[in-house]
Amino acid sequence: MTDTTMTNQFLETGINSKDKRTQKLFRLLFMLMTILLVLPVLIILTTLIVKGGGILSIDFLFTNPTNGMTAGGIFPALLGTVWIVAVALLISVPVGIAAAIYLSEYASDNWFTRIINLAIINLAGVPSIVHALFGVGAFVIFMGIGTSILAASLTLAIMTLPVVIVATKESLQAVPPAFREACWNMGATRTQTIQRIVLPNAVSGILTGVILEVSRTTGETAPIMFTGAAFFLPVLPQSVFDQTMAMSLHLFVVSTQVPNIPEALPYGVALVLILMVLLMNSLSIALRMYLRGKKKW
Amino acid sequence: MQQAQTAISGRLPDIDQRDLAWYVDKLLQFLVFIGGISAIILIIGIFTFVTIEGFGFLLEGFSFKEFFLSEWWEPTDEDEPTYGILALVAGTASVTGLAMIVAIPFSLGAAVYIGEFSTGKTREALKVMVELLAAIPSVVWGFIGLSIMNPLIIKLFDVPVGLNVLNAGIILGLMAAPIMTSIAEDALKAVPDRYREAAEALGATRWQVIYKTVLPAAKNGLLGAVLLGVGRGFGETMAVLMATGHAINIPGSVFDSVRALTATIAAELGETAVGSEHYQALFTIGIFLFLITFVINLTADLIVRGIRKS
Repeated sequence: MTDTTMTNQFLETGINSKDKRTQKLFRLLFMLMTILLVLPVLIILTTLIVKGGGILSIDFLFTNPTNGMTAGGIFPALLGTVWIVAVALLISVPVGIAAAIYLSEYASDNWFTRIINLAIINLAGVPSIVHALFGVGAFVIFMGIGTSILAASLTLAIMTLPVVIVATKESLQAVPPAFREACWNMGATRTQTIQRIVLPNAVSGILTGVILEVSRTTGETAPIMFTGAAFFLPVLPQSVFDQTMAMSLHLFVVSTQVPNIPEALPYGVALVLILMVLLMNSLSIALRMYLRGKKKW
Repeated sequence: MQQAQTAISGRLPDIDQRDLAWYVDKLLQFLVFIGGISAIILIIGIFTFVTIEGFGFLLEGFSFKEFFLSEWWEPTDEDEPTYGILALVAGTASVTGLAMIVAIPFSLGAAVYIGEFSTGKTREALKVMVELLAAIPSVVWGFIGLSIMNPLIIKLFDVPVGLNVLNAGIILGLMAAPIMTSIAEDALKAVPDRYREAAEALGATRWQVIYKTVLPAAKNGLLGAVLLGVGRGFGETMAVLMATGHAINIPGSVFDSVRALTATIAAELGETAVGSEHYQALFTIGIFLFLITFVINLTADLIVRGIRKS
């Protein structure tokens, strides 16, 4: 007791200690809330690993589903997801980077830029099923692409475009203006400045955004349901105009549409899907932290 | 004249320095401009194409009264199909409402803890966890609702079906919470440190600083976070499709199964003939969803931007 009064220049009053108790109480309350919020990730992962871990094997990943999808592996779905994600990236990464370069390097702070930013926010906020309707109306029917990998990838590319734009814009804006000014003073054009100075300094930041987009694209289901992903199609796709199975839709199918399925199978599919997504996200987070540590300016 | 022109053109090569690099520069500027306006084009495109596909229904079968006020969604009725979305709206609203009851306190509490109380490594770890939580795909959430929550609810509350408002509401709350947490945390971070320092200098405890200074200053940003969470809940498809029970119903309690607007499109679009009335009615729901989320996002943006201005 004497110790506290020694170190405390001012004597504690009743009000002070009541305030401190309130503060401790709220701190505890909010900490509990935070723990309850992040706990589900761990519970979900554990449950999936316990119930679905047993079925995982090289065979599970690399063989076709058999017996009306009640046995066998997930290879066509896995490969189909790789196709869809790869094509979606080929479309959205160039457009997204161009948009980010425009917003970061050219656009001035006016109403027009505000409308662009608003459009990006809304593009991210439109429900995924509405993106699916757009994909059906625009790509499958109007452009006559039909239900195919290309239509599904186009739909997903548009849906995840904001992820690339926002991440790229942030990493471009993190390059100090002085770098650009120095370059302009040497007589370089804007293109040369962007190409030689801005992009090289932002490329790893852009990469974290792209990885994040891969993760988003992998998990999306609704937008590909009617544009290119098939419930069951044991043939592997040959070109972007073929339909394909996909991991996300496969999880939906095996957990809701297939009767008499062994319990471990949907858990196994869910586990593979969530691991793909979480690994991608962890990679992106790790890269971001590494970059923050390395930053020289 | 002749002389003057020669004189000028004689000097032109010096003045006109438009070399290849200049043209490349202009080309790139044009290309990135196209990229820049792509988002605007796409948003207009989405609205246009969804409207075009649903247009036939809007012109002929659509009745404002039936669409919004009838609780009968019976598009496959042979005698007289009815397209009333009232029960579907009730389904979406009840699930989103419960999700917000779950998500708002937890996400705001977590945002305050992460942003104001925690420090250093703890803060980083919590932020990573929240980010990973936000990354879990909606179909996986749906699967969790189906295979983990469903038996749990049946056991805990002794009800016949565990796929109901409660199940979907909790799932959706967990889905919306991490996004709301990070936006809310950004809003807290936007409050200048000098506010906190001034309050602390007056002898306020950390909680008093938060309660009396930080939260009022971040009010609009927090409201924006909540609105974006509502938008997310409204538009969520797969999780809601799998966890609500998908039964058309105006819920009387949290243990009733319901059906959501988004889930109806997802479940029925595959079974309808392109161009049929049912197909067009589904696109009309799409227009409705687009407009609602558009308004929510716009409002959230105006609110959040409002504080940055002031």
